[in-house]
Amino acid sequence: MSNLMSGARILLECLIREGVDCLFGYPGGVTLPFYDALYEHPIRHVLVRHEQNAAFAAEGYARSTGRTGVCCATSGPGATNLVTGLVDALMDSIPIVAITGQVSTKLIGSDAFQEADTFGITRSCTKHNFLVKNVAELPQTIHEAFYLASSGRPGPVLVDIPKDVFQAQAHYTPVTSIHLPGYKVYTEGHTGQIRRAAQMMWEAKKPLVYAGGGIIAAGASQELQELVELIDAPTVCTLMGLGGLSSSHPNFVSMPGMHGSYAANMAMTHADLLIALGVRFDDRVTGRLSAFAPHAKVIHVDIDPAEVGKNRVPDLPIVGDLKRVLPKLNAALAELKHSMGSQNASDRADWWRQIRCWQQEHPLAPSYSATEIKPQHLMAEIDRLSGGEAIVCSDVGQHQMWAAQLIRFHHPRLWINSGGLGSMGFGLPSAIGAQFARPDKLVFAIVGDGGFQMSLPELATIVNYGLPIKIIVMNNGYLGMVRQWQELFYNNRLSAVTLDSFPNVEMLAGAYGFKGRTIESPAELPPALEEAVREPGPYLLNVKVSPYENVYPMVPAGGAINEMVLAPPQPVALPK
Amino acid sequence: MLQVISLLLENKPGALMRVTGLLSARGYNIESLTVARTLDPELSRMTIVVDVEPNLRKQVIKQMNKLVNVLQATDLTDASAVCRDMVLLRVRAPQENRTAILKEAEIFSARVVESSLEGFAIEATGDPEKLDEFIAVMRSYGEIEVTRSGMVAMSLENRKLRLSPPIPKGDEAVYSHIRNGVLNG
Repeated sequence: MSNLMSGARILLECLIREGVDCLFGYPGGVTLPFYDALYEHPIRHVLVRHEQNAAFAAEGYARSTGRTGVCCATSGPGATNLVTGLVDALMDSIPIVAITGQVSTKLIGSDAFQEADTFGITRSCTKHNFLVKNVAELPQTIHEAFYLASSGRPGPVLVDIPKDVFQAQAHYTPVTSIHLPGYKVYTEGHTGQIRRAAQMMWEAKKPLVYAGGGIIAAGASQELQELVELIDAPTVCTLMGLGGLSSSHPNFVSMPGMHGSYAANMAMTHADLLIALGVRFDDRVTGRLSAFAPHAKVIHVDIDPAEVGKNRVPDLPIVGDLKRVLPKLNAALAELKHSMGSQNASDRADWWRQIRCWQQEHPLAPSYSATEIKPQHLMAEIDRLSGGEAIVCSDVGQHQMWAAQLIRFHHPRLWINSGGLGSMGFGLPSAIGAQFARPDKLVFAIVGDGGFQMSLPELATIVNYGLPIKIIVMNNGYLGMVRQWQELFYNNRLSAVTLDSFPNVEMLAGAYGFKGRTIESPAELPPALEEAVREPGPYLLNVKVSPYENVYPMVPAGGAINEMVLAPPQPVALPK
Repeated sequence: MLQVISLLLENKPGALMRVTGLLSARGYNIESLTVARTLDPELSRMTIVVDVEPNLRKQVIKQMNKLVNVLQATDLTDASAVCRDMVLLRVRAPQENRTAILKEAEIFSARVVESSLEGFAIEATGDPEKLDEFIAVMRSYGEIEVTRSGMVAMSLENRKLRLSPPIPKGDEAVYSHIRNGVLNG
């Protein structure tokens, strides 16, 4: 068998070796040779309707499985359209590889048709990027890209491939090893530090586990659960860490931060030890940093040394992979349990009582109305149908916060949302990726009426591939989160947040050939959601919710997280 | 405050951009930057002088070390190191000043590299502050033109260079299901 093949074929060979079973992409001029090689190729190509959504779908694929998602786009506008998805993946440490076409090597730099400096543009949008100028470098580069994307702190990697490199013929020899001498991955963690951490954890009177997306990226949920049970510590999971510890676990408190629960934020503020696992002390979690966890010593475990000490200087840093560090930490904890385990038992019991008390004082409870559908009611109903088992892909805004507060996740990789970048338009395309990766799963795309309209073209993709995604539009007629801030901080001067002219969804879904429905009364909600879930195909449910509902608790920007606004200000009583 | 960073990095297209981009993305102003090949032609040594708040210096080094093309980033600001800068300077030297200028150059161990009726071109190396003085002195003789190289620095400590070993690539047989067109294994 001759191994002389085109660059495009070589690329596909490398993708197969990386275990890629599907690509999300959009063809164009310079990727023609690649798409020609894809013709009748076993790797499945999913044609999205906009390149940004190819990147988001690849993210949905990666977030729901942990496997590297792949997207591809043509040069120029194709590549620039990927940018938001790349940054999104960078912010949330999601492994994706983007393949972009580039104009032929001899045309690079000549302002050729559909030329953009993709390599330059995406430098700061990726963990690393490559421009392949010679077909001989292609196999090595592709494998390096996948290794970089998925190892260490995961992230997006882009490979820019000129048209003539796709076309060039070369002898393909499978790569047997790759070498990135400057790429350092710290996995094991310092043994002495791990032991000291275990001691600190037994010595603490008010320990709190603060678990983030790193738990999910590392696949260390089981290890986290063991740790939490060993020391019986209350645990908060960040927006990115939801599902890292099952929401039904008795030690799970809830989400902390700007829209976190009262109990979680109070626990953060009063803890004497924060066990920070795979988190980055994001401003949306910490609020005013100088007032954050003021009484706590901090143990920070993270795979990225640059995150340790970036925002909060830890008392005990451990740089390593949680999957490797947590078992060692658990072993050290178990070993010390006999001698140290009972020393603060009564303080710890008090600590738990205090936390239960905070939970009861201001629970994250859905609110109901007899006349209108409260958004919290909607989330509670989705939660009921999911039972902690469905994949929930959220867009960005109020609905995202309510979903995070009220929907339970019994496993990691069920809650899929754009955390760090907060990209509107993420929900629907990420659901496409997730449904492809997990055809066995019930997938909800919870979107606002704003973000939904940013991802409208993908309705065609959903129908095209028969994806049974349940699209739930939480429709309040506003860009709700912006409206909330305008109401609270800009004297309710509602500027450019009204979303009039929302389409009739029965007709919209009908135009694409699937079912849609609008509901606005609370009584309709449970049966309508049940009908959506029963429907074998996709379903578009437009839920008109009370338009002026705000997300609470809320920590105003710059506030300390214990200074939460818990409920809307009481209306002033008018004189009689 | 100025931070002196020494970088050993792969001599690859875009490597410089990654380093400078990292600094510009954080709004840091680069005071000087020099880069050239090392004995190993596949590597470059770079010295950067950048204005960074002292409490962020560690963070900058960590971020640099994260760059895939960077083999080692070292903070030389307070470390034992030799720092040198070079200046090329043209000074107008009419008859009456020539001897004095040459005398001054000698004091600074500077070398005349070009001499003409109008004046001299002088080359001087030294630590940056000393060169500042030299420039100030030359300026007192009239109009001057200056090109500086920016700082090159070398650590005087022995630092172990830790490189990642090659990573073996797995066997493709495990992926035969994709070749056979079966989605999701």
